[in-house]
Amino acid sequence: MQKRLIVNHQLLEIMVMRLCHQLIENHGDFSDSVIIGLQPRGRQVAQRIQSTLATILGTTVPTGYLDTTFHRDDFRRRETPLAANATKIDFLIEGKKVILVDDVLYTGRSVRAAMDAMIAFGRPANVELLVLIDRLYSRHLPIEPTYVGRRVNSLQSQRVLVEWEGPETQEDNIWLVTKNEE
Amino acid sequence: MQELSVRHLLGIKDITAEDLQLIFETADNFKDVLNRPIKKVPSLRDITIANVFFENSTRTRLSFELAEKRLSADVINFSSSGSSVKKGETLLDTVNNILAMKVDMIVMRHSSPGAPHFLSRHIDANIVNAGDGTHEHPTQALLDSFSIREKLGEVAGKKVVIVGDILHSRVALSNIFALQKLGAEVMVCGPVTLLPKYIKELGVKVELDVRKALAWCDVANVLRIQLERQQMKYFPSLREYTLYYGIDKKMLDSLDKEIVLMHPGPINRGVELSSDAADSHHSIILNQVENGVAIRMAVLYLLASKK
Repeated sequence: MQKRLIVNHQLLEIMVMRLCHQLIENHGDFSDSVIIGLQPRGRQVAQRIQSTLATILGTTVPTGYLDTTFHRDDFRRRETPLAANATKIDFLIEGKKVILVDDVLYTGRSVRAAMDAMIAFGRPANVELLVLIDRLYSRHLPIEPTYVGRRVNSLQSQRVLVEWEGPETQEDNIWLVTKNEE
Repeated sequence: MQELSVRHLLGIKDITAEDLQLIFETADNFKDVLNRPIKKVPSLRDITIANVFFENSTRTRLSFELAEKRLSADVINFSSSGSSVKKGETLLDTVNNILAMKVDMIVMRHSSPGAPHFLSRHIDANIVNAGDGTHEHPTQALLDSFSIREKLGEVAGKKVVIVGDILHSRVALSNIFALQKLGAEVMVCGPVTLLPKYIKELGVKVELDVRKALAWCDVANVLRIQLERQQMKYFPSLREYTLYYGIDKKMLDSLDKEIVLMHPGPINRGVELSSDAADSHHSIILNQVENGVAIRMAVLYLLASKK
């Protein structure tokens, strides 16, 4: 397995800061806006965006996370069933401007499932999509992000891995992982 | 993710402790779905489920049907009254005729013990046992343990007494298997005529005095006297049963601890439980019914996800 660093932790910090300023440009004081991270990996991105916005604006934007397992279109088409994660949305999204957040946009199928799942919490005024990495030329559905950290060209056999500083990893990094032929 | 070790849910006896945990964790997620304004998910939209009931049922059948509809499955219902079963059709023929209409799963209740096990050897569809005679009622045991876990945090180490007609109860047998697999201590309590002869071989305690049983336990699961299954007199009269084994609020209040009171329904108020006990704060009877839908959604979802 080969790993190539595509975004290091300094760059990631600048990227998140830029995305937050772009959000502020469109959402102003965020009085009608909410952030929803897609489980499992969009959750941490959403938390990072929320805390960065809090340091810039001094307000906490309502943030939840949404699990899309039961809304996916590949049920019974996978080898093993998918594990569901918790959904935690403590607010109504009726009439709100929703910012969906995920780490990597690939085929677009999870985002479709998310838009389907989200409707259970109300009818939003509009929905935007923020991703750290947009994998180009790989979409199965006509879904495009509103805010992008970086666009990358990648092969289908490769995987984009976003690591956050924690007990297992030293610092925030984004990698392009290539699986070796076996 | 893990998956279930079985293709059918025939009984708790056949599944592992890991299966139980997986079902509970999945049910947690479905319980969350059921508390949303829109309670429906599209997971099983290309699955057809037949509810085949050869025996009367209200709760279980409604609960299964609701679980199926919340998962967006297509549902057909069959009950033996008013069907060709009365004209002499065999069980296998009836079910094969239903399956010929392209059904993926069968939820079956039958008065003969082992009927779903027999079917599972002859058909391809996934089978969920919704009660087979006096044998097993796995989804009831799952929702009972799930409700204990929800109320007390965990099932392991808890003392659970099952009171009443153990001999005719499929709920009792499934509950004993489930509770033991989850690490609880189990006691059965009832008149000696309503306790199976070899019940001790399942590793459960036996107590004839309901007051002592209540003093011992953390949870009391009270069963109905199944008069329809009793072919002879097991006790002199219902009033005498109530006198010795009926549980009322005064008995619960006299204990030096809070116990949890459960009942799989239907309750015969004034027989095994007095009204003031059934409606007291000890009782989690309606939580059990609520959890039943989430548990059945989890079971159907996990079985359907196995190709």
